[in-house]
Amino acid sequence: MALLQISEPGQATAPHQHRLAIGIDLGTTNSLVASVRSGLAETLADDAGQHLLPSVVRYMENGSTLVGQLAKEAAADDAMNTIVSVKRLMGRGIEDIRKNEFGSYEFVEQDTTVPRIHTVAGDVSAIEVSAEILKVLRERAEKTLGDELSGAVIAVPAYFDEAQRQATKDAARLAGLNVLRLLNEPTAAAVAYGLDKKADGIIAIYDLGGGTFDVSILRLNRGVFEVMATAGDSALGGDDMDMLIARWFMQQAGISDDADHAQIRRLMREARRAKEALTEAETVSVAVERKDASVWQGELTRSVMHELIDALIKKTISPCRRALRDAGIAVGDVEEVVMVGGSTRVPRVREQVEAFFKRPPLVDIDPDKVVAVGAAIQADVLAGNKPDEEMLLLDVIPLSLGLETMGGLVEKLINRNTTIPVARAQEFTTYKDGQTAMSIHVLQGEREMVQDCRSLARFSLRDIPPMVAGAARIRVTFQVDADGLLNVTAQELTSGVQSRIEVKPSYGLEDAEIEHMLRDSMEHAKDDMDSRKLREQQVEGERVIEALQSALQTDGDQYLDKAERELIEQSLSELQKINLGEDVEEIKDAIKHLEKTCSAYVERRMNSSIQNAMSGHSVEEFES
Amino acid sequence: MSFDLSSDYFHLFGIPVSFSVDTGALMQRYRELQQVVHPDRFATSSEQERRLSLQYATHINEGLRVLKDPLERARYLLQLKGVQWDDEQTTLSDPEFLMQQMELRESLSEVREQSDPVEAVADIITNVDAIIQENTRLLEGLLQSEDLDNLDKAKLQVRKMQFLQKMKSEAESLEAKLEDEL
Repeated sequence: MALLQISEPGQATAPHQHRLAIGIDLGTTNSLVASVRSGLAETLADDAGQHLLPSVVRYMENGSTLVGQLAKEAAADDAMNTIVSVKRLMGRGIEDIRKNEFGSYEFVEQDTTVPRIHTVAGDVSAIEVSAEILKVLRERAEKTLGDELSGAVIAVPAYFDEAQRQATKDAARLAGLNVLRLLNEPTAAAVAYGLDKKADGIIAIYDLGGGTFDVSILRLNRGVFEVMATAGDSALGGDDMDMLIARWFMQQAGISDDADHAQIRRLMREARRAKEALTEAETVSVAVERKDASVWQGELTRSVMHELIDALIKKTISPCRRALRDAGIAVGDVEEVVMVGGSTRVPRVREQVEAFFKRPPLVDIDPDKVVAVGAAIQADVLAGNKPDEEMLLLDVIPLSLGLETMGGLVEKLINRNTTIPVARAQEFTTYKDGQTAMSIHVLQGEREMVQDCRSLARFSLRDIPPMVAGAARIRVTFQVDADGLLNVTAQELTSGVQSRIEVKPSYGLEDAEIEHMLRDSMEHAKDDMDSRKLREQQVEGERVIEALQSALQTDGDQYLDKAERELIEQSLSELQKINLGEDVEEIKDAIKHLEKTCSAYVERRMNSSIQNAMSGHSVEEFES
Repeated sequence: MSFDLSSDYFHLFGIPVSFSVDTGALMQRYRELQQVVHPDRFATSSEQERRLSLQYATHINEGLRVLKDPLERARYLLQLKGVQWDDEQTTLSDPEFLMQQMELRESLSEVREQSDPVEAVADIITNVDAIIQENTRLLEGLLQSEDLDNLDKAKLQVRKMQFLQKMKSEAESLEAKLEDEL
């Protein structure tokens, strides 16, 4: 905990419990959970000893769900109720999905912005499907680790836009996880790799998964992982290779484009099998069943597959070039290229990456597990288990953020590859007398026109004090936090009035919808949830108490006068008393009250720790 | 003494107020500061601490962005020296510069006719980058002098670099478009 961390080295701090934290790789094809145990980060297996959980969810008629291998086995036979590659649907609108996906589901037309898939168990959104996968991983971790989790780090593709990140975080919330951080997958891989190899210098992470592609250029410097640039494509991966191969099968076998879902799933399965076989073999024989039950048998050679997928691999090379340029370095500056993601097993991918970076990529780390392991290492640090840890991750925003201006143009507000957290303020004025509201359209992307960028949200500013046109000065601040998520605040400057903001996400759930889903999922096990909630709140209370006591012991006298300290001690003992009770709300309030009482103290401590960081380099020495 | 968000970025990073910046020292200090304030250090802290941490880390990132980028740094430095940046556009009357701009624009508009348009636009960006670097060196010379006349020249030089920067972002936008079409 931070209050502990900023104490002077060597000073005694209260011993604290090891907090259980996990890292999750929520992949397009497979998902994993990892945790640091006895100093070692490792992925956790299920009862059958399997580490990889296929990211497949099957909805059953009785309302229950099957997740993982069993669901995967039913993917072709029960195609409409079995959701595969749901990651590709996260934070996406129905038109994106229709444009990009091959043989997708029966979508329900609804007025909400989030597409829902029709299943026998009801209509589900991508967020809910992902939450089912996350729940299984959470339960696996709780069972293996034997206690409640304090939090999780969820890895997301670096190139995920804000809507996709928000959707992932919402899914984690639905799954009952406390999200400590959304961590970019290539950064997670760099952490696992960098700490393992004790590497320093510039590395490139080439991460080609089942449905997403990222490339990140990082500078590693004594535990600091600084992302210099990232680029990618959030709808490009091994699935797309499978689609191209499946299309070729269809052509060869004379199967028309209107193949049904079950047939497409079988084609995809066969395509994947062929692709994997060609990692070792030069040719593979394939068999595809037509609708009339006749079978086409043929052969796929490596060179034909290369012809099919080369354009796709080439699509990963221009982002590599862009990332290098954005990082301001040349190919020769890259000291190591690390391959991540199952699709980097395809030999052709390795060849092409080697040709571009002019060095053989590193393939000796397990491309499937490295992201989860990196996420677990960061989760352990974030949970506060390593107060002396120097590891620090400095990441960037992958796509520029902009605002819609006159004529459907986008004005860039924050450029891609800016280090997060970042904030930008912009002033607006009213154009009508007495105007009390205005709307701001936020977009993400590199293109100039609104229709070519991705719409994130429309923010309506309300409660602007009525004035003559042009007199109001509304300062709108766009803050991107360390998760890459956007938060917008607004204030009218001449009156100081805080504007109320209503957010209408373009492709996400509104807060109310999430709350509703959370309530629904809790109703099934209300008592269970209640006791869980109380326990969580008490743990939180204990944490606050422990941290504050330790802080007071360290430097209470330094930063507080007697009266201030008395007030703090008073509300501290109040919390200690209430925390033993059973009223969740009361505990919450007591924590809030204590934090309010401490606010000046906390600020002084933080300021002083920054001063300490700056000390030894007095400003004056440069100026004389 | 308390940490002052209003002190200038040079002081925040403890480096001399000058256009020439020791990038190594800057980065070193940047890492030291973020080690202390970054939100990752406060993931399980109170809401207030998380808010402060976000605010400080954002401020330090902004400082680094300004000090690292020559154009931003020059603007900032000139502002500290009392130069006012009005948003009205000063017309540039440097024929050589204008000619160069026109040529760049022309080659940008002809990119699609090249055999490998993505490569062609990448070349233009590299070219613009080189011109930006050259102009940065000119700017550096002007900013080292305390001569008021040179401050005006520096202001003009900054304008030129803004044009180049705009050209670069247009080229990048075109590149994104071409890559989308692949």
